[in-house]
Amino acid sequence: MKKHLSNINALLFSLLAGLIFGIGLILAGMANPAKVLAFLDLAGLWDPSLGLVMGGAIAVGLIAFTIAKKRNLSYLGFSIQLPTNRVIDRRLVLGSLAFGIGWGLVGICPAPAFVLLGVGGIKATIFVIAMVVGMGIYELLESCGKSNNK
Amino acid sequence: MRGLFSFIAELNIMLIDWNNFTPWTALAGGALIGVASALFVLFNGRIAGITGILGGLLRPKIRDIGWRLAFILGLIAAPLVWQFFAPLPAIQIDSGNTLLAIAGLIVGISTRYGSGCTSGHGVCGISRLSPRSIVATLAFMGTGFLTVYIVRHILGA
Repeated sequence: MKKHLSNINALLFSLLAGLIFGIGLILAGMANPAKVLAFLDLAGLWDPSLGLVMGGAIAVGLIAFTIAKKRNLSYLGFSIQLPTNRVIDRRLVLGSLAFGIGWGLVGICPAPAFVLLGVGGIKATIFVIAMVVGMGIYELLESCGKSNNK
Repeated sequence: MRGLFSFIAELNIMLIDWNNFTPWTALAGGALIGVASALFVLFNGRIAGITGILGGLLRPKIRDIGWRLAFILGLIAAPLVWQFFAPLPAIQIDSGNTLLAIAGLIVGISTRYGSGCTSGHGVCGISRLSPRSIVATLAFMGTGFLTVYIVRHILGA
């Protein structure tokens, strides 16, 4: 029988990965919206730091995903599930363009939003609630769209 | 590294904020983000994309709730664990509450529509050399730069 991710080891590795991810965001400066906006402000006094965050992450990620692509099972015996869709469609492009607008308005993207929630404060709470509501709206629109197409 | 950016600055097209430029913590923090994504895919077999991990909670399959929540709890716990060892670095949110709510809604809907955000497309997707993720990352970086340009330099907010 296939092992499922509800296994206790999977939960521990999820927690650990989330924790290391969050600490990386704080160290990198990505959890500071003012710094994110300073990176996105090319025409102002530009802070290029966050370009290097992506560089550091991808350097490590390239090695990990090269290994992952060659395997069917993870080191804990779970199936490795990588996306298989290769079509560049309207949803991908429009969704990503719109995401950049939301990101550029306040300097917060989904992962740092949860780190900020841990720091506390009303502003982070408002952003996270709105983001989850937004994802809920997406689910509603999707289920309406599907039932209309039947 | 400074040489490259000085060269760009000498072309007189950009002003670099040297006082706030933090190359080493940015690289080290980025590497940690890479390590977290590596652990996640090599041990749990999944992509560390926050949009997908969070979005999946809204289509709950009972047995998938645990690992999704655990990852998000890890993110929330990060600043608390950090504070055991050192004071948190500066964190500043200048935006007003209404703008935060609007931006949060946009981010929530659009990341699900576009199947990912900075983590899933920007870090994991590019590391997989996925053409979809490269296009997505160029798209949201592009509108990110453009939005800040419009807000700060045209609207003057």
